Amino acid sequence: MSAPGNEIDGNVGDPRGAHGHPGDGGIAHASLKGYLTGFVLAAILTVVPFWLVMGHVIDDAAIASAIILGLAAVQIVVHVVYFLHMDTASEHGWNMLALIFTAVLVTIVLGASIWVMYTENANMMPMASQALHHAMGR
Amino acid sequence: MSTTIRDTVDADAPQFYCTEEPHPENGTLLGFWIYLMSDCFIFASLFACYAVLGTRYAEGPSPREVFDLPMLAVNTALLLLSSVTFGFAMLAMAKDRRGATLAWLAVAGVCAAGFVGLEVREFAHMIAAGAGPDRSAFLSSFFTLVGTHGLHVTVGILWLATLMVQVARHGLDETNRRRLSCLSMFWHFLDLIWVGVFSFVYLVGVLR
Amino acid sequence: MTPHRSAFLHFLLGRLTLSAIPYDNPIIVWTFVVVAALGAALLATITYHRLWGHLWREWFTSIDHKRIGIMYLVLAIVMLLRGFADAVMMRTQQAIAFGGDLGYLPPHHYDQIFTAHGSIMIFFVAMPLIVGLMNYVMPMQIGARDVAFPFLNNFSFWMTVAGAVLFMLSLFIGDFARTGWLGYPPVSELRQSPGVGVDYYIWGLQIAGVGTLLSGINMVVTILKMRAPGMTLMRMPVFTWAALCSNALIVAAFPILTAALALLALDRYVGTHFFTSSLGGNVMMYINLIWIWGHPEVYILILPMFGVYSEVVATFSGKRLFGYSSMVYATVAIMILSYLVWLHHFFTMGSGADVNSFFALTTMIISIPTGVKIFNWLFTMYRGRVRYDVPMLWTIGFLFTFTIGGMTGVMLSVAPADFMLHNSLFVVAHFHNVIIGGVVFGAFAAINYWFPKAFGFRLDPFWGKVSFWFWLIGFWVAFTPLYVLGLMGVTRRLSHFTDPRLQIWFQIAAVGSVLIFLGILAFLVQVYVSIRRRDALRDATGDPWNGRTLEWSTSSPPPAYNFAFTPLVHDRDAWTDMKRRGFVRPASGFQPIHLPKNTGAGVVLGALSLFCGFGLVWHIWWLAGAAFVGIIAVAIGNSFDTHRDRHVPAEEVDRVEREYRRRLAAQASAP
Repeated sequence: MSAPGNEIDGNVGDPRGAHGHPGDGGIAHASLKGYLTGFVLAAILTVVPFWLVMGHVIDDAAIASAIILGLAAVQIVVHVVYFLHMDTASEHGWNMLALIFTAVLVTIVLGASIWVMYTENANMMPMASQALHHAMGR
Repeated sequence: MSTTIRDTVDADAPQFYCTEEPHPENGTLLGFWIYLMSDCFIFASLFACYAVLGTRYAEGPSPREVFDLPMLAVNTALLLLSSVTFGFAMLAMAKDRRGATLAWLAVAGVCAAGFVGLEVREFAHMIAAGAGPDRSAFLSSFFTLVGTHGLHVTVGILWLATLMVQVARHGLDETNRRRLSCLSMFWHFLDLIWVGVFSFVYLVGVLR
Repeated sequence: MTPHRSAFLHFLLGRLTLSAIPYDNPIIVWTFVVVAALGAALLATITYHRLWGHLWREWFTSIDHKRIGIMYLVLAIVMLLRGFADAVMMRTQQAIAFGGDLGYLPPHHYDQIFTAHGSIMIFFVAMPLIVGLMNYVMPMQIGARDVAFPFLNNFSFWMTVAGAVLFMLSLFIGDFARTGWLGYPPVSELRQSPGVGVDYYIWGLQIAGVGTLLSGINMVVTILKMRAPGMTLMRMPVFTWAALCSNALIVAAFPILTAALALLALDRYVGTHFFTSSLGGNVMMYINLIWIWGHPEVYILILPMFGVYSEVVATFSGKRLFGYSSMVYATVAIMILSYLVWLHHFFTMGSGADVNSFFALTTMIISIPTGVKIFNWLFTMYRGRVRYDVPMLWTIGFLFTFTIGGMTGVMLSVAPADFMLHNSLFVVAHFHNVIIGGVVFGAFAAINYWFPKAFGFRLDPFWGKVSFWFWLIGFWVAFTPLYVLGLMGVTRRLSHFTDPRLQIWFQIAAVGSVLIFLGILAFLVQVYVSIRRRDALRDATGDPWNGRTLEWSTSSPPPAYNFAFTPLVHDRDAWTDMKRRGFVRPASGFQPIHLPKNTGAGVVLGALSLFCGFGLVWHIWWLAGAAFVGIIAVAIGNSFDTHRDRHVPAEEVDRVEREYRRRLAAQASAP
């Protein structure tokens, strides 16, 4: 938490003068090269999972799903870096801190909800959970 | 003496106020980013619902029976194109070229409109085939998640149209630049959410 | 009536008919008569004194964070009266409804009352209290002129009001939800609750929720961006720290409430199957989602009050706050941990030992940073010269009451114990213990503390003490019996009992609610007496308590621009530092100050949202649609208005500041 605060710390006596880009938010580092790199990477990371599924490349559904979700995670990072131009400098790091805070809490919401509801199903509705296993095993 | 607060005065009293009015940085971009973070939580709830309810077919259709992957591929390509063309609009804006900015914005808007159009067509087909949101919990969570994303894109298009009018009228002034930067974040953010949607909802869905 | 006409009427009014007006229920009719009479009297007074123009120009359309803060607090106090009326009705019913006596409230009415009581107290009393306080105090504590988005602030307020009005309408048109304050399905689903009650609940909360979320974003950005030069994060007052964490939690938690309620609305309006008992729906998913919001929500409420107590304890002990950094880290730790404990609200769901152990442990862990805070306050008082003014009394009442409430919370965090106590009156006693002992006491401490800042005169201390003692004693008389009953296994939300041995406890609790009523009455008397005696209670210095933070460095009430010059901060407790090192109030060099203009757009958008919500509740689709289109049109139209600024000329600043210095001098030369 202290890193963003130090920005302000160094500013006493020279209020707000040290940073020459007022409101440089998300667009400061945009370039054609960046967008094109992002576009190519995103296209590849989109084509591969489609090919995996539509070409029936991998038989094991669980492995294929894991790969697809892994690629999606990578593509999300690509979007954040190349399209949203997220780095530790924009808005004195507050953008990044907000993103990390959100990512942690979203992970908790998703992960714990799935865990909680899965165990609840397993304990309270054994028949439904068998059907679920069956469905996932297909 | 009447203007001092205390009678005892420190010898080395520093300056306690700014003689020049400081100008705090504009907070709009940070505020909008924080709004997008809050939107992440709405989508997180909907993804969680799909994760929990997405296998509850209730003897109704399963993902394999209702998802149209070739159409999904076209849709995904449209949204990605829309995202990168919006990026080009922002580059044109940085170079202060109003005409090019408006042209790229129009391309981005058309791509997004095509995306929404295809999605509406997909929804209409599914509902006509008896696979509407009231058929099963799987379909409820599918329609809600994908529909919420589509609604966001629709709002984005409306916003884009408004901003195009404002850019045409007032040019690329500071206010419009700031607003376009916000919309740019919104636009790329929706593409980012869509990565989660096509991967987790559609592709992993048909694998089950 | 011809079928054609009836179809037309159906289009025009949806499912709203004359029978929706509960004129057969004497309680509601009398409430309506009283409310209508009081309302008419109020409107007549405003009209008689020709105040409408003033109210509209200076208050309703104001984008000044101080005015908006005060309006939030007024809303909270008005809604407190409504919520408390519900509480007294419940206590009376439960005190008499034994054996053959069914009491005076039939179950369907009683159920609406406990639902309205819970949801109003949380959403329209506690939330406006904390949002109002943060609005009023926080920008001044960081040396800012206003919040980051002043128009948004006004809009947020009117959305909260629109939600509150929709809740209140349900009293006289149709009925309210009978589901409990969180609207659990399946009872809140269409099949079990086909009426409008749940819809009022959903749309009231959705509209107010928009306001809360936007206000949360607004304040986070304000704190991150608008601090005076030199005010680093670790020099921020603890109240501002608490506001930052609380608003970060609002941003992270309220969208989940919005999502959960939207899904419930889809179930009811579109026929989806998220939380139904058929076609794959899962009731527990709603309960999971709503508590992912619900538990952070209680910390959203209590964190700002922890900030209030920190300010009050430091000021009235005449010392720096003990352990500032540990207080900050504890606040941040609570912010994160509050997102990891939600399942303790439904240990009995049956997720098994692993899940329950995890959430039981996180719940026990969160009591550690809270304990750190309690010790920090105690050590701040230790060897301080403690002044027992009214804000300090509330704080000491809090320390005592909240600590006990926290300990019963730790008892409940033990999952096996919770299996015995779940849904019992023990739980009711526990959360009232922390919410009244924490949030309400904090609100009264804050109101007594900052009232002289807002209005330039102190609140009458005698009636403040009367109010405090009635509240403190009343609280314990009202809720100790509920702990006892809960341990006996009595469950909550019952409108009738058969075992006569329980009656005495409910009668004691009813006496307690009367004592609390006297406490509220004493507070209203306190405000009235203070206004009458305002000249005797006047404070010319702007710093009546020898305060420590920047809001006390300006006049009371502060000018619209807060500070003639933006402060330059060198230390924690910036104002104490300035006083210690001989700050000289500047007498020249004033510059014009740039402020945003007032706007009526917030009122218009709030009103349109209210119409939209009303249309949705009653299935009056044209009204909902038209209002919705109107909202978008006003929002777009408003974005074309770029002339939003005004300047306070330097001469005006000079005049205001000279007057303030004159008052200070007069005060200093007085004996």
